[in-house]
Amino acid sequence: MNEKELLTKAVENGNRNDAQCLTRVLLEQGLAPLEIVEQALMPAMAVVGEKFKTGEIFVPEMLIAARAMKEAMVLLEPLMTKAGIKPKYTAVIGTVQGDLHDIGKNLVAMMWKGANFGVVDLGVNVPPDRFVAAVKEHNPHLIGLSALLTTTMPAMRTTVAAVRQAGFTSVKILIGGAPISEEFAREIGADGYSPDAGSAVDGAKKLLAN
Amino acid sequence: MSRYTTLAISEPNELRFGLAPKPLTTRHGMQIGGGTVYPELNFTLPPILVNAQTMPEIQRHYRQIITGALQRAVELECHGLVVEFETLPPMTENPVWGVDLAKILVDAMGEANAKHGLKSVLRMTPNDTREMERPPRMRTGQLWEAMLKTFEGAAAAGAELLSIESVGGKEVHDEALMIGDVRQVIFALCVMGTRDMRFLWTELGQIAQRHGVHCAGDTACGFGNTAMVMAEQRMIPRVFAAVVRAISAVRTLACYECGSVGPGKDCGYENPILKAITGFPMAMEGKTAACAHLSPLGNIAAATCDTWSNESVQNIKLLGGMAPTCYLEQLIYDCRLMNEALADGRDAALMYRNWMVRSDAARDPQAFVLTPENSIAIARSIVCAPNDFAAGKAAALTAISLLREGQRAGAVKIAAREQPWLDTMEEAVGSLPTTESEFINQMMGVVDTTKFVARDYGLAG
Ligand code: B1M
Repeated sequence: MNEKELLTKAVENGNRNDAQCLTRVLLEQGLAPLEIVEQALMPAMAVVGEKFKTGEIFVPEMLIAARAMKEAMVLLEPLMTKAGIKPKYTAVIGTVQGDLHDIGKNLVAMMWKGANFGVVDLGVNVPPDRFVAAVKEHNPHLIGLSALLTTTMPAMRTTVAAVRQAGFTSVKILIGGAPISEEFAREIGADGYSPDAGSAVDGAKKLLAN
Repeated sequence: MSRYTTLAISEPNELRFGLAPKPLTTRHGMQIGGGTVYPELNFTLPPILVNAQTMPEIQRHYRQIITGALQRAVELECHGLVVEFETLPPMTENPVWGVDLAKILVDAMGEANAKHGLKSVLRMTPNDTREMERPPRMRTGQLWEAMLKTFEGAAAAGAELLSIESVGGKEVHDEALMIGDVRQVIFALCVMGTRDMRFLWTELGQIAQRHGVHCAGDTACGFGNTAMVMAEQRMIPRVFAAVVRAISAVRTLACYECGSVGPGKDCGYENPILKAITGFPMAMEGKTAACAHLSPLGNIAAATCDTWSNESVQNIKLLGGMAPTCYLEQLIYDCRLMNEALADGRDAALMYRNWMVRSDAARDPQAFVLTPENSIAIARSIVCAPNDFAAGKAAALTAISLLREGQRAGAVKIAAREQPWLDTMEEAVGSLPTTESEFINQMMGVVDTTKFVARDYGLAG
């Protein structure tokens, strides 16, 4: 196994020290930060994501791998920022106004981070104007809205409308939460719906590919 | 405040539906836990914004819900009905809205009593809106004041049972679930949670006393049920969720130590453990609450219930009628069967209870820890412990060892990939310090202290 493959294994196994050491070695060998991300880290998270999807591991185990990746990213991120390299996709996510259910939204954010999206998490009870302000500030490719209450579903509609009215017509909007459906997403003008955190990565990628 | 040091029910065959050592008698004369299981109906709005403009429409919804439900209860000769009004957050932030809606319900219930002799009682469950602010202010501020006003107004309007799904400790617990850290679970539930519960329920006790109503009880919904729903979605192991459930009983117990008398809140699946400790009647929900969330506890939940609930259903039209009416009908039939078994005597009731227990217990660790025998074993470990922290550790270790023994005896199925979690949890709990102060010192360096205001929990920041 070469160092790149060893780094992939270290992240897969959640081995934080090895992840950082091997990243350092690869940088010293002259590999570009983006190459390390794309050729070693992303394949590791893809394996971990697949294991989660097939029920081989649970979220806490996936998070151990994510933390190992974070250790590597601590070294890589400053270099990439300096070189003007951004994650391929940036997303803004939040639970809509009036709604405090956050764990589902947190899980979606975690999955997106695992897929190397840049994620700006606005938290819970987020009014439409804060979403609009965040879109102005971060210029994301994707907005994620979560709602768990029937009485906060209308806040999703107002948020979608506010974003569109502010002139952000090309940013994709993905929504989810226990009372939400594909049909509701269509009705309020969102671009897509995902039933769970696992499918929210594929769902987002599909929207972004269009 | 007094600590429970003994069990009210120590014999598994005494832990059963419809009977509690300390029943509660309501103004209409319902004896909850006195030999009859009552349906408890809960309902919510379909998609609609809650604000001043929509309030007339919202009032129409609640009027329609209660009229339909009471009419069906009369038609089905229901012995008595608990109605739960779980408010939605704007109704707690604007107490007048919540209280006016409570009045609509109480008035209709009074009328049905006068006209048809239908006995009923209103449980008022305002939201714990303190967490609308992050980090939450647990003991002061506008949100706290408005929440207390909602309780006060509803109690004055005739809501006889006060409940809440309180969230103290959730700031830390959510992360504990995501990372599967049982030490952090114990810190959230048995250090932060119990401290908040004692503060909150002492305040609620004063409101109840002023209006001659009852503190009914709290629930670890935001803890145990979040874990359960996550386990259902295969996010965390079922054995982990089962152990969280056992520990959560320590947190919920604090409301009874501060004067609550039941019936405990429906979504507290830890209630069988609490019934064994306190002897107070308990609400439970299971198969007839699938409208609100799925669970692996559909039948076993009913085995020890005193009121039987649907948790929540939207006021939408189904083929049979409006959904709350349809669900009430289901609850009434569930209760009829339990009451028929009770009427046939102890052996018949026990046989029916055992069927409900056996049909679920072996299939899921979360059901297994709630069999009457296991609930009592966990309850005993809690009352034998000198403080909340020790009780949390004891509940966790007891649940783990029950699961191991159960698996060895072929009494519960545990998936192979969940096995290592029993060892991990046991090691983590086993390595905890002996005193609470050492534990607090240790955990304040582990948890994210920016997420909560330590002094609101009586902790040094
Ligand atoms: C961007 O793209 C995407 C894509 C996918 C997305 C997505 C975004 N967002 C979510 N997903 C999806 O992926 C996630 C991971 O797979 C999934 O997320 P979920 O959040 O569904 O799943 C989580 C992993 C686990 N699920 C949960 O944690 C929610 C479970 C249930 C039981 C629930 C819980 C635990 C809680 N609650 Co709440 N709660 C319920 C829930 C019942 C249910 N059917 O969901 C529900 C939603 N609650 C309800 C209610 C009434 C309330 N709750 C409240 C509070 C709470 C707790 C704090 C106690 C706790 C919060 C847990 C938390 N940390 O967030 C209150 C409201 C607070 C507020 N302002 O929001 C309160 C009003 C109760 C009260 N009396 O105070 C009901 C809704 C009724 C309605 N009108 O709609 C409810 C159906 C339960 C019930 N009573 O029947 C998917 O939905």
